[in-house]
Amino acid sequence: MAVREKFDDDLQTLRDQLLQLGSLAEIALTQSFEALKTKNNDLALQVLENDTKIDLLDEEINDFAILLIAKQQPVAIDLRRIIVAIKIATDVERMADFAVNIAKSAIRIGEQPFVISLNKLEKMHDIAVNMLSLTLKAYYEEDVVAAKKVADMDDEVDRLYGETIRELLERTKAHPDAMAQITQLSFTARYIERIADHATNIAENVFYLVKGKHYDLND
Amino acid sequence: MELTVVKERKNKQAEERSEKNVVYRTKNLNLWYGEHHALKNIDLDIYENEVTAIIGPSGCGKSTYIKTLNRMIELVPGVRTSGEITYRGRNIFDKSYRVEELRTQVGMVFQKPNPFPKSIYDNVAYGPRIHGIRDKKILDEIVEKSLRGAAIWDEVKDRLHTNAYGLSGGQQQRLCIARCLAIEPDVILMDEPTSALDPISTLKVEELVQELKKNYSIIIVTHNMQQAARISDKTAFFLNGEVIEYSDTDKLFSNPDDKRTEDYITGRFG
Repeated sequence: MAVREKFDDDLQTLRDQLLQLGSLAEIALTQSFEALKTKNNDLALQVLENDTKIDLLDEEINDFAILLIAKQQPVAIDLRRIIVAIKIATDVERMADFAVNIAKSAIRIGEQPFVISLNKLEKMHDIAVNMLSLTLKAYYEEDVVAAKKVADMDDEVDRLYGETIRELLERTKAHPDAMAQITQLSFTARYIERIADHATNIAENVFYLVKGKHYDLND
Repeated sequence: MELTVVKERKNKQAEERSEKNVVYRTKNLNLWYGEHHALKNIDLDIYENEVTAIIGPSGCGKSTYIKTLNRMIELVPGVRTSGEITYRGRNIFDKSYRVEELRTQVGMVFQKPNPFPKSIYDNVAYGPRIHGIRDKKILDEIVEKSLRGAAIWDEVKDRLHTNAYGLSGGQQQRLCIARCLAIEPDVILMDEPTSALDPISTLKVEELVQELKKNYSIIIVTHNMQQAARISDKTAFFLNGEVIEYSDTDKLFSNPDDKRTEDYITGRFG
């Protein structure tokens, strides 16, 4: 079946570009939390700087996808492959924006000692980053079973998010002077929770890609 | 893994269709050219006021099928058929069914425009005259109505009595459609009607098909898959004399059930 070899190559390029975008986002997410945890201002600034690269790659993926539609007039699975690539790129780009937000929170918190242990936040963050990497693997391999497993991980993130927010609210009484930090940490918890939601969106797109139908995995 | 689809697209066309009339019903049709088994166990319902597209690679039997619908296939020596095709409830293979009667109801447009070497007017008036209409006023009306129906009136109204061969390919094809409309058929068969036309003429004919389906049932054989996707309500995919998949065009071109259909429409068919 050596028909449309060039088109198949192009689709592969699109997949590869998306994976590259994913790994850049993964690095940004890891670095941003590391910057927060270790109060490393330089690392936080690096995350901000690298975001430009991610935005550019996202645009490149979009342009390439649109060009492929215009030139190849794809239908059925081919069309879904391209549309899903655009949608996933948007989710990944958004996740990278949350990394930027976390890095900014790290800068704002500055040298002040933390009023709570970051263990839960870190656990949430690890799960969310893991979800990103697993969901992109599921996308690459067009594996709905793996995608479903990723979506299921979101429950644990949501649970930890609830606990973290409650804990932070508790601390407002004991540390009224640390309101700014508590707010930034609450934001960070929210960012991480949203990152996991975007990973779930990607998992849903893997379902759409493979099955051609819309599934809601967010329940 | 238990999952429910949240937004299973409501199959509106299917709901509407349940109220639509079947024009042609094909039941277990088989056709042989001598030893060659060209159509195998075809079951297909064609609905009123819809455009039904037939797609498939060369030699898959799609032209054979459409030519069976008006019994043109009988002109080929050594053809044998079994099974049944009913048109409006009557078996077209029935001995008592006169082929002229069938073809008055079922018009056909071919791949290459084939006007008669006559004037534009006489091309369109040809059929009605054969049916005994002599009154000039009535003929004038039929010619105008048919040419308007085929979206070519404005281009030819000032040169009705010039030779049809002077028209462009796209105009000739629309003239052939007008000639077909002049006998007021019920069904129009189109065998790759745009494959010899330039892109603009092709789009004009496609627009016309959309317009015509309000009053006619149209069956179109096409090699142009985007055309089938654009203009048809239902699509049948033929392969090696069999119907592999027959469903709503929206479904067939977005999420076909059969791997072979997917391979064909995505151009992976080698």
